[in-house]
Amino acid sequence: MYEKNGEKYFVVDSHMHFWDASRENWVEGRENLAKGWIDCFYGYHTLAPPETHWTWEHYLKVSEEDLMKDVFEDGHVDKAIFQSTYLKYWYKDGFNTVEQNGSMLEKHPDKFIVNGRWDPRDGEAGLRQLEEDARRWNLKGVKLYTAEWHENGSRGWKLTDKESYRFLEKCRELGIRNIHAHKGPTIWPLNKDAFSMEDVDQTATDFPDLNFIIEHAGIPRIDDFAYMAVQEPNVYAGCSVVIGAHMHARPKTFARFMGELLFWVGEDRMTFGSDYNIWTPKWQIEGFVDWQMPDDEAFSDYPRLTTATKKKILGLNAAKLYGIEVPQECRLPEPPSIPEQPGEQLADESTPAGAQA
Amino acid sequence: MIERDTVWRALETVLDPELDEPITDLDFVASCTVSRDGVVSVHLRLPTFFCAPNFSFLMVADAFDAVSALDGVTRAEIVLDDHHASEEINGGVAAHARFVETFAGEADAELDELRRYFLEKAVIAGQDRVARPLVDAGVGPEELAELTLGAAPASPDLDRLRRRRAALGLPAEDDAPLLIHPDGSRVSSAQVPLHLRRARLTRLGMESNGDLCKSFLKTRYANTAGTG
Repeated sequence: MYEKNGEKYFVVDSHMHFWDASRENWVEGRENLAKGWIDCFYGYHTLAPPETHWTWEHYLKVSEEDLMKDVFEDGHVDKAIFQSTYLKYWYKDGFNTVEQNGSMLEKHPDKFIVNGRWDPRDGEAGLRQLEEDARRWNLKGVKLYTAEWHENGSRGWKLTDKESYRFLEKCRELGIRNIHAHKGPTIWPLNKDAFSMEDVDQTATDFPDLNFIIEHAGIPRIDDFAYMAVQEPNVYAGCSVVIGAHMHARPKTFARFMGELLFWVGEDRMTFGSDYNIWTPKWQIEGFVDWQMPDDEAFSDYPRLTTATKKKILGLNAAKLYGIEVPQECRLPEPPSIPEQPGEQLADESTPAGAQA
Repeated sequence: MIERDTVWRALETVLDPELDEPITDLDFVASCTVSRDGVVSVHLRLPTFFCAPNFSFLMVADAFDAVSALDGVTRAEIVLDDHHASEEINGGVAAHARFVETFAGEADAELDELRRYFLEKAVIAGQDRVARPLVDAGVGPEELAELTLGAAPASPDLDRLRRRRAALGLPAEDDAPLLIHPDGSRVSSAQVPLHLRRARLTRLGMESNGDLCKSFLKTRYANTAGTG
């Protein structure tokens, strides 16, 4: 819990990792890919305030003690949700697997939630694995990484692939309601935009009972994301990277992102994620609680953030998605405020918009 | 003999299609050399090892075409450095292969549609660049809906918008409206507020992406400015 000026914030870090990018874990002959990957992440790391930077060596792999300190002791997080990313094509034991994350859950059952994963290209074996993982870790969510390279030579997949729908139906059957979708740099076919949101759009319509949390709010396609989210009530903006990569390094861009997301998506469908180990949560949470929309004229038609808005984004929204009990002192007064999604009225172009251009 | 400046000017016409900015401004040109016998060698570099292979291919292929077309160039060698698909892309472009052949089995069409999609975004974003100062100065939706390209204040952003529109076959003449839908039709005054709201968001997406790319390139090639 984070407390500031008498306000208590229940913090759910809904998108974090415990990765192993150490040299010992690089697949022989694919070291350039393994290194290329973590170098790419390290580029993001340097967008945080300098005093929080780690050395590249430390970034490769942190210890359990480091994680517990960074996330809970120093980091104010009440509940952390592990999102797995396998990348076994170039990391021998995987980058951040359900098993690795599960080992932390076993030691600290009250601190973590472990999300599963699946890959439609794994077929029947993948479905069985998902069932087993769901039982073992009591899965309430999965992380889907469509840019994953596969041993069968494929370099990505789409949520709308026929096999993918079988897995989504399996999620439904197993009570896995939260689908964290993550776009990455490669996908099949390569001629399409890897960050395209079309497949999420279609899938969210076809599975209205599942929640689709789009990590980093579709950035770099935040426009495509926003137009989809405004029409799909079960689509959420995962704010990992939105805060981490911009709040410190590009404050004006960050303000615009927040303004646009509040306008198009609304404060009830935005969730905080530190994206640890890319960044630590402490500076992000403290900074966000202190943050406000700038007073400049250029930001005048964006909504200002209330304390309630921040409480929802930092934890209450994710707590709702995952059925996490929130201490009385951190809850918002009942009845909950009316969901705000001002962009909705503008989504229909035939309606004359009242807002000033 | 071909001058290096001439080659550079040709490279300035090559855009990162996703960011809608010249590769020269983005510092993607790591080196550019011209030999006495007209062989031009250009090395390109990108912000990350995993930058999308489709956009990467387009930049290498466009650079190849732009340089090859110059009088006095006997051979153009365009090499993409430090990229997960360097080998395929460099080999493909050098062999005059198109994208589908270069990534056999991994692509089911050429990149025209992808390029078009991002040019359309550039045209939307460009409308915000030109219109935003007018909005800030108090110009209302009715006036904006009536405003033509010829009557809009001259600026590099306006020229850029015209070029992108022309490339897409959209109206780019003086009498064409400044604000248009993706199909080229006029935006009504009632549609102006939402239209500009969207234009601003698309611009934000593209420019913030460009900012990220620039900062990653800087980190990746710290202290090794392109020798241009």
